[in-house]
Amino acid sequence: MFFIITALAAIVATIVWYVNAPEDKYKLNLLCFIYWGATLMWFVDHVMAFLTEGGEFFEITLDATLLGFVVVLFGLIVWLIALLISDPKKVFHKLLKN
Amino acid sequence: MACFLVPMGEAIVTTVMKKVVEKNEREAGVKEGSQTRVSWSRKLSWLNRLLWGGVLLLALEHIWHGEVVLWPPFLTAMNNPADVGPMLHEVATIGTGMAVFVTIVWLIMISIADQKAKAIHPAVKAKADA
Repeated sequence: MFFIITALAAIVATIVWYVNAPEDKYKLNLLCFIYWGATLMWFVDHVMAFLTEGGEFFEITLDATLLGFVVVLFGLIVWLIALLISDPKKVFHKLLKN
Repeated sequence: MACFLVPMGEAIVTTVMKKVVEKNEREAGVKEGSQTRVSWSRKLSWLNRLLWGGVLLLALEHIWHGEVVLWPPFLTAMNNPADVGPMLHEVATIGTGMAVFVTIVWLIMISIADQKAKAIHPAVKAKADA
């Protein structure tokens, strides 16, 4: 389930990035890459586990769903930290100047 | 168990490569958008972001499942000698598969970006000449 949730987050982030492109003031491309990177890696993990161990391709449990949301939240936190450090609106610069 | 270690190793290598390429491009005076191809430093930054993004989220998943801890030896499989073999097998198969797959997707991505840049360059030049 975390694979599906992360893939959905990657799709939504990409749509939002494309709507605002070519301007990318808020570094949405970084968020897209974070989610797509994890989606691609979990895709390989799921395919290989399915081929070697069998069973269900998607793990639909409450634990996996909760993990999916935590992963999306963690991706957002990483993006937010990168955004605040780069500070594209120079907010901190202006705040410290005043 | 620790499959993300292979993409992490690749990410470390590509991060160093990006720094070196960026420095060389700066010295050579390569400017973004002034050529028919996307610069290599930009292409490598895409691969870095894909790899590091994936590694971070996968590391969180491993912590969630209790396969990785924040204290030595970091990998819980290392506590039991019987688990070391399967862990190394997983790293070699799934980990390598992940790194190879992400790299293939990136190669497709940069070839499309180069084709688009090539197509745009003559169109922009023709418009400027007119």
